[in-house]
Amino acid sequence: MATPTSSGPSGGGQGGGAGRGSDRGPRKGGAGPGGGGRKQYFRRRKVCKFCDEKIDVIDFKDVRLVSQFISDRGKILPRRLTGTCSPHQRLLTVAIKRARNLAFIPFASGF
Amino acid sequence: MRKYELIFIVRPDVPEEELGKIITQMEGVVAGHGGKIEKIEKIGRRRLAYRVQRQREGIYVLFVVEGTGDTVKEFERRLKVNDLVMKYLSVRVDEELKRAEKAKAWRAEQATRKPRPRPSSGEAPAIEVAT
Repeated sequence: MATPTSSGPSGGGQGGGAGRGSDRGPRKGGAGPGGGGRKQYFRRRKVCKFCDEKIDVIDFKDVRLVSQFISDRGKILPRRLTGTCSPHQRLLTVAIKRARNLAFIPFASGF
Repeated sequence: MRKYELIFIVRPDVPEEELGKIITQMEGVVAGHGGKIEKIEKIGRRRLAYRVQRQREGIYVLFVVEGTGDTVKEFERRLKVNDLVMKYLSVRVDEELKRAEKAKAWRAEQATRKPRPRPSSGEAPAIEVAT
């Protein structure tokens, strides 16, 4: 039980974990004003965009929406990067594939 | 009767009247096979994401149609025959719409049933941790 709690702050906020980073604290000289330890890397919000915005039908004709979920090479972005929930990811892959077929988005790009 | 979205891409070099002719022809196909046209939308000229028949642009046309499989079959056959049409895609949408409707109804029900369930939901995990 002790190990996960101690590894939590050290992994999350390397630049001076605010509360209980007593082991790691001395390296940076105390954890006094280093409040925003999480700033080092961008923390993506974990909410599914489609759940959040209540989009029931993922329309493949909506290029602006669908193209948010492909990489710059035209690949479908994985769920772990976008935070999409699994039911919506399934619908999304279908939408992306349809959009590709109609030349709304590329099959492959950036080569 | 099922609902379909039929989209096709016409070559960018066809004149406006020719495009109108194609659309009226396709309207006739749907009507001739007992279909009902819900919407016809000229999405218009768009840049393609990749080249199709050496073209970088295309004119998109969308039909939303209620009909049977035969309607769609004939529709697709006509598009295939027509040289001015570069690409097409038919998608059945009625089931997806039904599912969306259901989700919407569910959400509405959730909103009315529980105005603010915060205290009760906060208690539940606490018990779980204790045991």
